[in-house]
Amino acid sequence: MSLHLDLHHQFPDLTLDLRFDAPKGVTALFGASGAGKTTVVNAVAGLLRPDRGKIAVDDWQLMDTTKGHVLPPHKRRIGYVFQEGRLFPHLSVQQNLRYGRWFAGLRGASTQEDRLVEMLGLGDLLHRRPGALSGGEKQRVAIGRALFSQPRLLLMDEPLAALDAPRKAEILPYLERLRDETQVPILYVSHAISEIARLATTVAVLERGQLRRVGPTEEVLSDPSLGHAIGLRDTGALLTGRVIAHHADGLSELAVGQNRLFLPHVDNALGEQLRVRVGAKDVMLSLTRPEGISALNILQSTVTEIRPGRGPGAFVQLSVGEEQMLARLTKRSVDALALQTGMQVYAVVKTVSVARADIGAEAILDTAETD
Amino acid sequence: MDFLSPEEWTAVALSLRVSLWATVLALPLAIAVAWVLARKEFWGKQLLNGVVHLPLILPPVVTGYLLLLTFGRRAPVGAWLYETFGLVLAFRWTGAALAAGIMGFPLMVRAIRLAIEGVDPKLEQAASTLGASKIWVFATVTLPLILPGVIAGAILGFAKAMGEFGATITFVSNIPGATQTLPSAIYAFLQVPGGEASALRLVVISVLIAMGALILSEVLARRAAKRVGGA
Repeated sequence: MSLHLDLHHQFPDLTLDLRFDAPKGVTALFGASGAGKTTVVNAVAGLLRPDRGKIAVDDWQLMDTTKGHVLPPHKRRIGYVFQEGRLFPHLSVQQNLRYGRWFAGLRGASTQEDRLVEMLGLGDLLHRRPGALSGGEKQRVAIGRALFSQPRLLLMDEPLAALDAPRKAEILPYLERLRDETQVPILYVSHAISEIARLATTVAVLERGQLRRVGPTEEVLSDPSLGHAIGLRDTGALLTGRVIAHHADGLSELAVGQNRLFLPHVDNALGEQLRVRVGAKDVMLSLTRPEGISALNILQSTVTEIRPGRGPGAFVQLSVGEEQMLARLTKRSVDALALQTGMQVYAVVKTVSVARADIGAEAILDTAETD
Repeated sequence: MDFLSPEEWTAVALSLRVSLWATVLALPLAIAVAWVLARKEFWGKQLLNGVVHLPLILPPVVTGYLLLLTFGRRAPVGAWLYETFGLVLAFRWTGAALAAGIMGFPLMVRAIRLAIEGVDPKLEQAASTLGASKIWVFATVTLPLILPGVIAGAILGFAKAMGEFGATITFVSNIPGATQTLPSAIYAFLQVPGGEASALRLVVISVLIAMGALILSEVLARRAAKRVGGA
């Protein structure tokens, strides 16, 4: 399943002009507010009619302005999770969930329905009304409602933005399960890089209505040229590792290629694959293996790219085994160490600089395909 | 009923029949017009708004006379209705219902329009992404959410119909047993010596019906609002 997009739309203050293919999995649309993310999603849903363009999910044509073909929203079979939930206040949770099923011609209960209720933890909420739900519960119901009608594509427009940090932490694992246990491709809009680092398999970076970059999450997040688009303080690459030990002092140990990474304790079982976002500003470089240093993580790596910024800083891209990392240094440090591409360096990462929100389950798309 | 004389009872029954018909027939049109005014932008919207409100601001006698000019036996629309459907409005109870419906119409539209404007269009968008066509969105989301407003509008319209006097008496006159509604009857009784007692009884009936309608609308609207509000 993949989504093909080719959109042109003129706003008074923004020209939207982009084309890309979103493969299966979670494709994140990332960009500052006003970059045109919601416009793209609304065009896919049919809530906004772009001046020109084509939208298709595989060979299911949603819109092709060259042929004058524009499906109305209710015929597109696309699930849409809005930022504010938008549950129907006059219907119970169960009626909300079943609303779309009825129009999709799906009658009665199904095992898939039970699985969704279980997966999203909605069992105890079914007979309540939206007015009696917490923000996090509402959002879970909204996700369930969008999925119940068996859409061909799921759109999520900042589904966590209206929630506080504990509620976000409550929902993120559900979204990870969604990504790994359903076959529906997801277009996920966010301006929070930590959400994208946890969920996305593909990232499309938008800047003022134009596509800056699209590619696998690991590649995009470790691209030093996107520092400004992503935000200097938010830039950070993804490391993928396997849990190999939980230590008595509250640390968990991950194997990342040949290297070991110590993290604050995670609840995941031994052997599970995790993805960890390491902020570029939290990475220190050393030419020799540092001794007598408090930081627990010292990763042997090779400099693959140095990209000085407009200000005093520079991004250094490193390869750590098969993984990529980013370090943000000052240009002065780059000069002092005489860093060159191809040099061997040691990357130093403090365990406590890795936030719990930056650790998530690795996408397991390929195994999901077989069930 | 010993409390009322047959003549008084006829007036009460006629008034109820006229008002119920007026409300039932005007309500769907009022919902449609309210929806158009609340949700659509088009050329002539202010004109439509003005026409809808005309009965509220014109002297009722003028409205009644305009009805006579339009729907009278020999008037253009009236003659067509008679020839096509055999329907006569002038000086019949059907005409009283028409007059009452038109006089109550702006009140209904105002209440319902306010309710529609209170419905978040984002909810309707959400419904459309879930597969509901425009008509289904209206039937399953908009209508249930505006129900308290629709009830309020209907009761207002009904009360107005019960009390309508000027346009009715101009258009259909004051014929006992045919077009003599409650207010016309009260007026008529006050014109004859010794009619005060009858008038007073009808006044009591008027107050009871008005209060009953008000209480009923409160109960219904509260029940509907509770459904909408959740909790």
